[in-house]
Amino acid sequence: MRLLEYQAKSLFADYGIRIPKGLTSTDIEQGRKDAKEIGFPFVIKAQMTVGGRGKAGAIQKCQNADEFELKYPEIMQKVVKGEKTKAILLEKMVEYKKEIYFSLFLNRGKRCYTLIASSEGGVEIESVKNQVIREVGLGDVAKSTAEEVANAIGLKDNNIEEFVNLVQKLSKLTIEKEAELAEINPVAVLNDGSLLALDGKIIIDDNAMFRHDEMRKFQQVSELEERAEKSGFSLVELDGNIAVVGNGAGLVMSSLDMLSDHGGKPACFLDVGGGATTETVYEALTLISKMKKIKGILVNLYGGIVKTTTVATAFIRAYENKIIDVPVFARLSGAESDKSKEMLKGSRTKLFDTVEEAINAAVMGVSKSG
Amino acid sequence: MADLFDLLIGKETDKDYKKKPVIVQGITGKFGSFHTQQMIAYGTNIVAGVTPSKGGQKFDQIPIYNTVKEAVDATGAKISVVFVPAKFFLNAAIEALEAGIKLLIAIPEHVPIRDAMITLDLARKKDAVIIGPNTPGIIIPGVIKIGIMPATPFKPGRIAVLSRSGTLMYEVSHNLSSASFGQSISLGVGGDPINGTTVIEAFDMIRNGTNIDGLVIVGEIGGDAEELLAQHIIDTKFDKPVVAYIAGRAAPKEKRMGHAGAIIYGTYGSAESKVSMYTKANVPVAKRPAEVPMLLAGKMSGKKG
Repeated sequence: MRLLEYQAKSLFADYGIRIPKGLTSTDIEQGRKDAKEIGFPFVIKAQMTVGGRGKAGAIQKCQNADEFELKYPEIMQKVVKGEKTKAILLEKMVEYKKEIYFSLFLNRGKRCYTLIASSEGGVEIESVKNQVIREVGLGDVAKSTAEEVANAIGLKDNNIEEFVNLVQKLSKLTIEKEAELAEINPVAVLNDGSLLALDGKIIIDDNAMFRHDEMRKFQQVSELEERAEKSGFSLVELDGNIAVVGNGAGLVMSSLDMLSDHGGKPACFLDVGGGATTETVYEALTLISKMKKIKGILVNLYGGIVKTTTVATAFIRAYENKIIDVPVFARLSGAESDKSKEMLKGSRTKLFDTVEEAINAAVMGVSKSG
Repeated sequence: MADLFDLLIGKETDKDYKKKPVIVQGITGKFGSFHTQQMIAYGTNIVAGVTPSKGGQKFDQIPIYNTVKEAVDATGAKISVVFVPAKFFLNAAIEALEAGIKLLIAIPEHVPIRDAMITLDLARKKDAVIIGPNTPGIIIPGVIKIGIMPATPFKPGRIAVLSRSGTLMYEVSHNLSSASFGQSISLGVGGDPINGTTVIEAFDMIRNGTNIDGLVIVGEIGGDAEELLAQHIIDTKFDKPVVAYIAGRAAPKEKRMGHAGAIIYGTYGSAESKVSMYTKANVPVAKRPAEVPMLLAGKMSGKKG
């Protein structure tokens, strides 16, 4: 789960990491109240998970009330890399000496947490050359390591102690909240030597959420994605018109790729998982039926764990109950696939022996229906 | 580096050659019991089950113990397959490693990253191998099946399949079998961000097998396993034919595609990055599973010629 900036900052504050004074709103009424409370000048920051907000004009300075009336609605309407503004953070402007970079992230290849710091902050870390990188095991950073890193990025005097404090606070947050990434970019070095988190990016391990009810309020999946999660499968909504369903994340991704290669436009990624039953597949179809733009459904099922007849039964029931009214193009391989074929004879579910054939038919069928 | 074939098959002089004993943790659960029957039907030597509070009972003639330690003491097994729910995985894994299990197959999905890391840390200290979590398991066709994979896609042969995805491992193995490329081993490392055994480690555990003529690596977007493996193939001058497949070319960025590990941040984890590294390592990448045996046949004949 990727937190929005204001959510990440609220966690920073919980752990004693200093942040600028800020307030978050989703409508201009509340925004005006927030503006009064903070006082001009301040920064208007669109809350969205994608990077590159500054360049896209989704973060702007605001000097007075007239500017506010223009810029607040403009930023609220912003779409950056396909993502809409979810909320607006108004944040007090601060003066500072310099910006640095600091993050802790889970290095999958090395299977340990990695600390990255740099004397250059405020830009994407990938583009920074003088990175200081240390492997820190399960995320607990020793004081001596933090001091050494502070020196390595050229901090002096009381900045060093401040940095060590910051490192230890973020390390505690990372461990306790089970973050895959906790990044402060930039960290502002103020004139008095203290440090302030000007931006924040946190990704929480989804699988650990059962231990973190306190962070449920940060979840911002769509209604459908949430309902899918409750049913035990994964759904990602996409822009096209052919729903893609299968068992196993890899297999569904593979189907998505092949569909795109053939000029089809996937409407979603839906993995019904290993433990699927007639009921869960029926629920999957119910979810798909709630997506307005669907013109066809591609099913790629490799049986074995799931019996293909389970899925066949779900399709028959879905048509009977008028849950779905679009054609289904299915490849059901594995356990009891002959029986499934028999069951689906004469229905609107067309069965194919290979996924390639099913995809061809789906692309043809959907383009014909306009 | 542990030798997987030694753990799973053994030496011809071993009393339990091709009959290595296996313990099932969570044997009485719905999932565990079903797959225990499937494994037995395949010929896997399941010798004991573990379910706390059900010790002394039996499941299909298999004795059940309350703890892994009791099961190990009674059977001498070094291999365990874990079916418990993700929330209970950490305790089950610690118990197994403390009891002397040397190869732990971790089936559950949705295990928290931190729990996987703690397990792995302990496994290193105990000199044990973890496969998974979120793995379909390991199969040596015709010899042993430990996990949840169906038997039908796999045929005995001389190609090793290493996969980050379960159903894709079945799909690719099925395509290979249909093209007369049987498998010496098919192994799923698991779809999670942290793998007990990484693709590279699995590669090193089997690369010297005299029963391997070629390798197929089934990958997906997310992480840098493919990039690291490609570099490793270059660095170690591995000269047997290798073919790859990568799922997720059409996936959007920063969206988790089912597997906890399948997510692209920037270019980190993207399919382009993986394909370009494979190309450097002279590993062809199939566009779809059905293309894998064709590319492999090409590599094999190129090798002979």
